[in-house]
Amino acid sequence: MSVPTGPLPNWVTYGLMPILNLVVAFLIAGLVVVFLGESPLLALKTMLIGALGSANGIGYTLYYATNFIFTGLSVAVAIHCGLFNIGSEGQAYVGGLGAALVAIGLGDHLPWFLTAPVAILAAALFGAAWAFLPAYLQAKRGSHVVITTIMFNFIGAAVMVYLLVNVLKVPGAMAPETKVFAEGGQLPKIGWLVQPLDPGLDAMSYAAPLNVSFFVALACCVAVWALIWRTRLGYEIRTTGLNPTAAAYAGISYVRMVVITMLISGGLAGMMALNPVMGASARLQVEFVGGAGFVGIAVALMGRNHPAGIVLAAILFGVLYQGGDYLSFDMPLITRDMIVLIQGLVILFAGALEYMFRPALAAVFARRPEAAAVKA
Amino acid sequence: MDFVEIAVNVLASTVRLTIPLLFTALAGLYSERAGIFDIGLEGKMLASAFAAASLAFVTGSPWLGLLGGVAVSVALSAVHGFASITNKGNQIVSGVAINFVASGLTAVLGQAWFSQGGRTPQLANAARFDPIVLPGAEALRGVPVLGPIYAGLISGHNILTYLAFLAVPFSWWVLYRTRFGLRLRAVGENPAAVDTAGISVVWLRYRAVICAGIFCGFAGTYLSIAQSAAFIKEMSAGKGYIALAALIFAKWRPVPVMFACLLFGFLDAVAIRLQGTPVPFVGEVPVQIFQALPYVLTVILLAGFIGTARPPKAGGVPYTKER
Repeated sequence: MSVPTGPLPNWVTYGLMPILNLVVAFLIAGLVVVFLGESPLLALKTMLIGALGSANGIGYTLYYATNFIFTGLSVAVAIHCGLFNIGSEGQAYVGGLGAALVAIGLGDHLPWFLTAPVAILAAALFGAAWAFLPAYLQAKRGSHVVITTIMFNFIGAAVMVYLLVNVLKVPGAMAPETKVFAEGGQLPKIGWLVQPLDPGLDAMSYAAPLNVSFFVALACCVAVWALIWRTRLGYEIRTTGLNPTAAAYAGISYVRMVVITMLISGGLAGMMALNPVMGASARLQVEFVGGAGFVGIAVALMGRNHPAGIVLAAILFGVLYQGGDYLSFDMPLITRDMIVLIQGLVILFAGALEYMFRPALAAVFARRPEAAAVKA
Repeated sequence: MDFVEIAVNVLASTVRLTIPLLFTALAGLYSERAGIFDIGLEGKMLASAFAAASLAFVTGSPWLGLLGGVAVSVALSAVHGFASITNKGNQIVSGVAINFVASGLTAVLGQAWFSQGGRTPQLANAARFDPIVLPGAEALRGVPVLGPIYAGLISGHNILTYLAFLAVPFSWWVLYRTRFGLRLRAVGENPAAVDTAGISVVWLRYRAVICAGIFCGFAGTYLSIAQSAAFIKEMSAGKGYIALAALIFAKWRPVPVMFACLLFGFLDAVAIRLQGTPVPFVGEVPVQIFQALPYVLTVILLAGFIGTARPPKAGGVPYTKER
């Protein structure tokens, strides 16, 4: 099978193709909804209303999106270096430990704006530490980073459950979770940001856990953009990702690149913990990451590893999560697990089958029509 | 309870916990030996567990359940093949996608069809694979040491258990003593050479992932209608990844795969057995240690500290015929 190789206009590669992939994923999800005997259009409408129809809905949507921006950036940074970090889940989990220790230790004595920077640093450090060994083993020992990060997800989960059950648990309490952080260990909610969109809502009935870590996430987007496209280190990372051999030949150390990139990736994943741990529940709980690390894969793939794309994709997944919750109340036949299915379809079509439509699109849009004609 | 009885109990539960790992790891063996990484083992196991339980419930026949489980698993394998062989997509991404699709779809369909929170209804005994009592098991039970071993460990498993252990020499024979196996191993090492010999790389790899689908189907079926009597949401619970670890631990060879799976199954059985009971000199051992051990061992192995695990050379790389 010969694939037409004519270069496509950028808007097709970065705009049309992802959208087309997304549409196919949603069409299949829609078919499942039809199969269940519900109307997919009604389901879509319900989801959109649930996610965007009220200040609270938007707050929740952005709250979820915050998680996905962090993990999406984490996955994307690694991909720029040619590494597939499947361990954001575990890195975020361990990062939560860093955030929680700081929140417990300093939260009683300091106001939040002094605790927060330390907590951000701790979360990033713990996340990065959890990514270090897989990175080192990939760089030095040639053990595949995908496999080791999967293993580290499970090891991290075991370690965290052990700590929560045996070490950090409040004595006498049943649930395996830390004590509730003091005021100084919590990140303030930023309901004022979206509340004006819903004039009927007073501040008291605003419930969404959207908090300042949303701004931290956006700042990370800018930082990642600057790092990857505006610094020497970013250039080296991208070069290594495109061709490790050529990079090594140009004097870029593969070991150094892999380790640094994975530390950044793990750090970004670790910071994700700020949002649920210090922003929403004000304590460290079992499984607070809730699959956000894996959503990051879909977000990075859809966002084409660019921070701007990642924000958009993260908001889309935020809509899916919040809308999916709302939908499961409204249409009990469609459970929340529908989101997981849609997520899988998005990863499949936007990631693994990324180029499925390329030959067709190339035939239509190729810049050099003769290249398309030759293939016949 | 005397020592022999405890040992037989732990070993029997080791066998029970090993079977899904063994089928799944063998599935991965075929696929990865042909150069197709398969992170989606977990999803295929889960989807086939659901299909098997649903079909066994509706038809009342475990064999139709098995057929359904295998069919669904092979269908997912075909998707993986389409993405990673035909479309030359990223095999890891495709595997991750399959895990998500399986996890979401089984829960959604389970709730929609049976309204029991994603579970399937409890199966009647006739719809499950029953334990098989080997001849003479009851008569020999009284014999010291050998009796309990024969009656409690060797006899009394269901047909899938025996099939799983038969699948090991069978896979060895297929991979090392048949033309198909030779070509399958070759295509994982050097697809260009296979192509030059005039053998279709694409078709060969498709057959390998279909083999993987069949074995995952057995694994899932075992979970839901042999070990348990219903499908439970997320019942594969990371077994697909443990199987992957076992496969690496065994360095992609059939007989060591069996021993690696037995080791990991044993760790699991010991963890269950020791839960809450103090061990002399050590005190209560946290169950998480046993849970994490297979993964830790695999990382240590991958780091090259206990031998080297060298994956098939062409693994994870889509084959592009020179243009």
